Amino acid sequence: MTKNVSLTYREALKMAIREALHKDERVFLMGEDVGRYGGAFAVSKGLLQEFGPDRIMDVPLSESGFTGAGIGAALAGMRPIVEVMTVNFSLLAMDQLFNNAATLLHMSGGQLNVPVIIRMGSGIGRQLAAQHSHSWEPFFAHVPGLIVLSVGTHEDARGMLLGALESLDPVILFEYTSMLNLEKEIPEDSGVVDISKSKVRREGTDISLITYGTGVYKCLEAAEALEKEGIKAEVIDLRVLRPLDEATFLASVRKTHRALVVEDAWKSVSISSEIVSRIMEKAFFDLDAPVERLCGVEVPIPYPKHLEDASVPQVSDIVEKVKKMIKP
Amino acid sequence: MGTKANSSLDANLGQNLLKQMILIRRFEERAAEEYTKSKIRGFLHLYVGEEAVAVGVVQALNQEDYLLSTYREHGHALARGMNPNVIMAEMYGKQEGCSKGRGGSMHLFDSSLNFFGGNAIVGGHLPLAVGMALASKKQNKKNITSCFFGEGAAAEGEFHESLNLAALWEVPVLFVCENNRYAMGTALKYTHSMEDLEKKGEAYGIRSVAVDGMDLLAVMQAAAEAVEFIRETGKPFFLVCKTYRFRAHSMFDAELYREKSEVEEWKKKDPIPKFKEYLLKENLISQALVDELERDVEQEIENSVAFAENGTWEEASNLTRFVYSELKQP
Repeated sequence: MTKNVSLTYREALKMAIREALHKDERVFLMGEDVGRYGGAFAVSKGLLQEFGPDRIMDVPLSESGFTGAGIGAALAGMRPIVEVMTVNFSLLAMDQLFNNAATLLHMSGGQLNVPVIIRMGSGIGRQLAAQHSHSWEPFFAHVPGLIVLSVGTHEDARGMLLGALESLDPVILFEYTSMLNLEKEIPEDSGVVDISKSKVRREGTDISLITYGTGVYKCLEAAEALEKEGIKAEVIDLRVLRPLDEATFLASVRKTHRALVVEDAWKSVSISSEIVSRIMEKAFFDLDAPVERLCGVEVPIPYPKHLEDASVPQVSDIVEKVKKMIKP
Repeated sequence: MGTKANSSLDANLGQNLLKQMILIRRFEERAAEEYTKSKIRGFLHLYVGEEAVAVGVVQALNQEDYLLSTYREHGHALARGMNPNVIMAEMYGKQEGCSKGRGGSMHLFDSSLNFFGGNAIVGGHLPLAVGMALASKKQNKKNITSCFFGEGAAAEGEFHESLNLAALWEVPVLFVCENNRYAMGTALKYTHSMEDLEKKGEAYGIRSVAVDGMDLLAVMQAAAEAVEFIRETGKPFFLVCKTYRFRAHSMFDAELYREKSEVEEWKKKDPIPKFKEYLLKENLISQALVDELERDVEQEIENSVAFAENGTWEEASNLTRFVYSELKQP
């Protein structure tokens, strides 16, 4: 019987980075304030002292410059982990990520690999207002050549980076700052995560809740509440947003015949848009009801807590929506 | 090649360098011809007039050094020793091309020559160059990274971020700015508040030199000194080569932004006749040998076109190859 350990999301992320640094001498961490400050979110606290300044590199506020340098170092045989402090600043590095990381393998006719890992603090929920509350998963998931992962659980915080380290292609990791202090139990021997597969987080027979990121724990909590009312919801954590593992969610929909897609990102042209399209294309005749979505409201995220909460789906919204879908 | 490149030029080397410049010139002219015949499509940016820069700098590098260039990179690829056949085939879009036809004129790659493109977003490859040099430093390798870009790129944020990072991290990068005076169609004086571009390098504490890019010997000497400095110190160097492109920016450019007389004036500084005259005067080459070199080049160009013509189209069923790695393990 495997023992469980209790840890925060932050601790899980840090364990993964430490393990990567120990495991592979080509790995180094570079990012704004990752060293002396200890990481903007204290994820890399103490790593500078443990691994030294060559492997834990503070960088200036030059997102395009250091992200590109990470890509260049990957081209030349290193395994850089680039921390873009928050996803909001990733827009300044978009040229490097979209024009270089995503294209070099193809443009070179298969000659060049870009095994860089980009970690970004992401998401909404800390009253940081419009410029610091972005959910850019759909942007990145749009681009062929990138592997886009969403770290929605502690188990994935512990193991996704290690899975990414086994890839020869650029990997974008969305981490969620609102979950950093959240404590959960994971099996003590948790390790490398298969970054090609989605995961059924809870089995059920009545409806599939398909989600990622901060939606995972919300959907699990909603499923718990629904269980008390006799509704068995299955929760699918997409976790790999590109290339999509459609087999997992399609199998779930074929079993439950109902689906609700939940995400924080704005509704139009989102991850859920894609999921719903795939269900229409490949599982339409398995459905007993129209697929529905709960997404971010299309507004720059406001500062006041009550308005911020109203901008993204909450557990109660999920519960209400499911009840309507099952018992119209 | 030491610092006394001028006085110690060996006849074989001189002949070889002249041939490289003629090859680039004639290759570009032939590419333009093939473009007008629609054999080559997309963007085509020619290096005519700037040959001394690529040839002069690349000869100062060794095979282990990394090289990154722009979308006007045929000259750098040829100077690096890439076979004209695979470049022409690439521009034809054939799978025998150096990038299997996936890249075209702007995206020549050859990892066996440490030639990393062929990058078509202005300034976008400068951060890559810094990262590659950083990797060399971390791996205790002795190679340097050479990065070519135009003066247009020197107005990009990525230029400034990259120079700062390279100086801050003390990594072995040779930044080569090919100042051909026009960012597409906008003249230097309309794009830079400080036209002495080398001062931008100095501002970051980087040793910086400007050189006459129309003079092969001057470029060679400056490049040799720059490379020597980088190898000795591990620090970056900023070399500005003042040059000029004789032809339009691309095949779509009507050249409304400059006077024909200005182009004619610069043609008087053509690096090829200048270097040829020098070799003849110094008895490092004979006219008969010049003629022979030119015939050899003609033949190489013919061969490259034939190679491209005989190349094959990739099956459309392969379309989605090279989006993700086919190898799984690191």
